[in-house]
Amino acid sequence: MTSVIRRLRHVPGYLFLGIFAIFSLFPLYYMAVSATNTSRDVLGSRLLPGGELFANFAKLFQAQDVLRALGTSAAIAIGTTVLALLICSIAGYGFEVYHSKGKDVLMGVLLLAIMIPFAATMIPLFQVFAKLGMVNSLFAVIIPAISTPLLIMLFRQSSRAFPSEILEAARVDGLNELSIFARIYVPTMRATFAAAGVITFMTAWNNYLWPRVILIKNEVQTMPMLIVNLSAGYVTDYGVLMLAVLLASLPTVIVFLVLQRSFAEGITGAIK
Amino acid sequence: MSALTATREGARTGRGRRPPRGEGRRWLGSDRRHNLTGWAFLLPAALLIVLVSFVPMIQALVLSLQTGRGTRLSWADPLWYNYERLLGDEIFRQTLVNTFIYLVIQVPIMLGLALVLANLLNNPRLRFKAFWRTAIFLPCAVSLVAYSLVFRTMFATDGFVNDVLAVFGAAPVNWLGEPDTARFVLILGLLWRWTGFNMIFFLAGLQNIDRSTIEAARMDGANAWQTFWRVTVPQLRPIILLTAIMSTNGTLQLFDESWALTRGGPAYASMSMSHYLYEVSFQRNPNFGYGAALAYVIFILVAVLAFIQLRVGDKRD
Repeated sequence: MTSVIRRLRHVPGYLFLGIFAIFSLFPLYYMAVSATNTSRDVLGSRLLPGGELFANFAKLFQAQDVLRALGTSAAIAIGTTVLALLICSIAGYGFEVYHSKGKDVLMGVLLLAIMIPFAATMIPLFQVFAKLGMVNSLFAVIIPAISTPLLIMLFRQSSRAFPSEILEAARVDGLNELSIFARIYVPTMRATFAAAGVITFMTAWNNYLWPRVILIKNEVQTMPMLIVNLSAGYVTDYGVLMLAVLLASLPTVIVFLVLQRSFAEGITGAIK
Repeated sequence: MSALTATREGARTGRGRRPPRGEGRRWLGSDRRHNLTGWAFLLPAALLIVLVSFVPMIQALVLSLQTGRGTRLSWADPLWYNYERLLGDEIFRQTLVNTFIYLVIQVPIMLGLALVLANLLNNPRLRFKAFWRTAIFLPCAVSLVAYSLVFRTMFATDGFVNDVLAVFGAAPVNWLGEPDTARFVLILGLLWRWTGFNMIFFLAGLQNIDRSTIEAARMDGANAWQTFWRVTVPQLRPIILLTAIMSTNGTLQLFDESWALTRGGPAYASMSMSHYLYEVSFQRNPNFGYGAALAYVIFILVAVLAFIQLRVGDKRD
């Protein structure tokens, strides 16, 4: 009897989790299923997979250069992630391992940049890149995104757990400072790199406003830009649109699912 | 003062010297060499932040004091003309009100939900934990414009949500065509996209809390509710503060959802400040000066709200 009551106590918790999980997953399911249906069926709220996937693919590839947009988005997301991990990890390491008062002050100043809304810097950045002839250049998309105070913070906080004995031992062994970082620090901080990588990749892939401002030429567009253009036509084919949205979402969803365990570990390590 | 000298010294030494490489550099004391290596390591990141955030911020201030179309700009007369114009701009006022509606309604609901969800997930006896966590975080992997278009389709007049309402015999709602419902759909979208994101932070925070403090409270006869409020929440305070500041910041900079989900409409009823800034700066008659003034107002709001939150959140009782 008491065990039944004890079990019943957990019901509201599971109910709440269940409702929220459905709320979270339903739009994703709706997106995936609609990609296989005709526009009519999407508006008719058909919630079962249909047979229109290939027809939608054909229509989508006819309307937009999807492969090129996927390539552009991939180049931006991968380029940003690689450079950001490199620059922010070495900075976070520098702040923590070579700790000094001056560096603390500098970190405080850099953190102020979090409060600067991107909208505020967008116009001058556009002017500068225009002057440099970098409008439509992918570098113009990448450069403003590679050094962020939050990422530096993430690495700095996580570096606290890096044992200083290893550092001393490596120095005694004659390793120079840069190879200590590359050969000892990087491999031990894998979870932090995964967390930082997931966040940066997602943000870069999904970013819309800045690429929209700086990539003016019609042929140079990212996946988020492509799907917005697709939806802006006079007649929207909802099946085709949902397929494009699905294609735009899959890479980040896959990256997250593959790295999610280390992602959670990395965030936990940073919040200590 | 010391900040300035420290930064300048860092910049000078960093530019002049590479990280020392063992032999041949013995003339530098090892402490000093150690310190210089540190500066060299953080120089690229610091320099980039200065170049893409601080310098443009100053340029934006100069721009906000200028008027003119496109690239032909001249000093405004009076200098604060753009700011004065903002005060009388009805559309700006509307977008300011919209943004604060989103802030005041959405952020507390989202953080509350995220906190409750994280607390449920932190229970060691919970089953299917990995499934719940993945399901609730998954929306964060989807781009803002992508989910905006999914919501736009679901809430179309002849879309899924109205079909469900019809099953229950309710009249269809013109979700995106009425000011209040358009704002409601936008808030719902924000809750969908960001609750899991904040939950992950709370979950990480909870895992760093010593469980014995919670068990001790339960032993002393506190119920689950009391334990949650009196023991768990106070220990999570730094993280609640972090998420509150990040969410406030994000809401004030809201753009994608306003752009792709409601398109700011009907009329300007659901438009965010950043969306209006984009319209002023890059559409129709581009007016960089006016846009920059608007950007500064957003910046000041972000800074003031962050300052208030830090003051309230850091108070010890």
